[in-house]
Amino acid sequence: MTPVHGLRVLVAVAGREVEKFVHQGGRFFSALVRPLLWLVVFAAGFQNVFGVSIIPPYETYIPYQVYIAPGLLGMILLFNGMQSSLAMVYDREMGMMRLLLTAPVPRWYLLLSKLVAGTVLSVLQAIAFLVIAWLLGVELPLEGMLLVLPALVLAGMMLGALGLVLSVHVKQLENFAGTMNFVIFPMFFISPALYPLWKLQESGAEWLHQAARFNPFSHAVELVRFAMYGQFQATSFLVVVVCLSMFFAIAVIGYDPQRGMLRKTGRGA
Amino acid sequence: MTDNHAALLTVDDVAKSYGARKALDRVSLTISEGEFVALLGPNGAGKSTLFQLLSGLFVADGGAISICGHDIRRAPVKALARIGIVFQQATLDLDLSVERNLMFHARLHGLGGADARRRVAAELDAQGLAERRRDRVRDLSGGNRRKVELARAMVHEPRVLLMDEATVGLDPGSRATLLDQVHGLCAARGVGVLWASHLVDEAERADRVVLLHQGRVRAEGTPAELVAGAGVDNLGQAFAQLTEGGGRRPPENSNPNR
Repeated sequence: MTPVHGLRVLVAVAGREVEKFVHQGGRFFSALVRPLLWLVVFAAGFQNVFGVSIIPPYETYIPYQVYIAPGLLGMILLFNGMQSSLAMVYDREMGMMRLLLTAPVPRWYLLLSKLVAGTVLSVLQAIAFLVIAWLLGVELPLEGMLLVLPALVLAGMMLGALGLVLSVHVKQLENFAGTMNFVIFPMFFISPALYPLWKLQESGAEWLHQAARFNPFSHAVELVRFAMYGQFQATSFLVVVVCLSMFFAIAVIGYDPQRGMLRKTGRGA
Repeated sequence: MTDNHAALLTVDDVAKSYGARKALDRVSLTISEGEFVALLGPNGAGKSTLFQLLSGLFVADGGAISICGHDIRRAPVKALARIGIVFQQATLDLDLSVERNLMFHARLHGLGGADARRRVAAELDAQGLAERRRDRVRDLSGGNRRKVELARAMVHEPRVLLMDEATVGLDPGSRATLLDQVHGLCAARGVGVLWASHLVDEAERADRVVLLHQGRVRAEGTPAELVAGAGVDNLGQAFAQLTEGGGRRPPENSNPNR
């Protein structure tokens, strides 16, 4: 495959995702409504319940809305990552997956194109959320709007790669509800998205605290949170990069006709 | 190796099992330039499994598959670039227009810009779909959807065309039209065609028939050879005789399970 061919494949796969997204007008709206409800309603209601002390990267007391903004950005990336998984399962049921997998393109590159396409959509929605949050008066650092972009891309790719792994194993669209219950909600709630992890420790839920420390989503959120204040969180960066590489490698193996799950199950792509 | 081989597609002693079940057992066949080969077999004969191996979706447990001299296992990208496929199951994006479906496929095959648009326009024109290029696929009839899939399979000018039970769900008229078009591609463009079907009448005009049953090639030859070998009056009777009770001994005049 030549570089020009590779670029055309990327344009084709990403273009298709974007075109479908644009045609499904309600998808963009609903993707933003979810985190905005949390930001406007939940944060207002729990402002005084979840008092946040001064913890890095914050240098002073901050409103609760400011604290949960990175977590809600993570929520957008997480849901979109799972949406990519759903799209892969849908493509398999509709037969489009066969077309993709029989294209003269290495499988890893095809999956990478899918991942990039999904991440582009995720990051665009995250940026839209940031702008709306800023318009609603959430005091986020303006320079952070730019600095957070690389972190959003990296976190989006890691969660998208997790979606690819799930798409190997989720056989039918109907099973997606299970993915919600067993992947999205635990990852989101057992993380510092809504409250700092020391709160879990303080309340005696040590096992939850430990689970949150090992949750890749926790590190995605922290990477984004620190990036918003122009700070680099090395541990979170490392965890996100390692998890991205690992999830992507598992997905590539899963879709490999010689080694993957498709071979073991004997079901069509 | 170059693409100028007499045999465009070579399947040599291919085997595939799912657990203890043998789906294909030492299957061999070849397709030459401009040749229409019908892969005839009842449901569950192993036709779809063979197509999955030919299209690189699965890998054979044993044997080798070569497309224009490129081994599908060792050089899948080069091999896949030379085949066009129409799957039994529809594989169109219903929400995209006819033209966008073909452009998507063209880009997957590395065609871009004016070249892709020219190829897409030519294939849509060949299928009589130029007027409907902006229609969403969802709005097309079953017969027209199949035409779109055939046009799409030919966009990158493949040397080998794989048709997997492509007439399933079509009315008799659409079925005959599709068959005529594919025969036309063999004659006009020298494309080698493997046409899988369980319908005997679709194999009657084939250059050769490969009769697959329970994962094995039971007989191979021209339709006339198969009929003569079975000592019956027509291909339908030969098919029935060769596939009943697990398959009888192949007729002497045909080329059984090489």
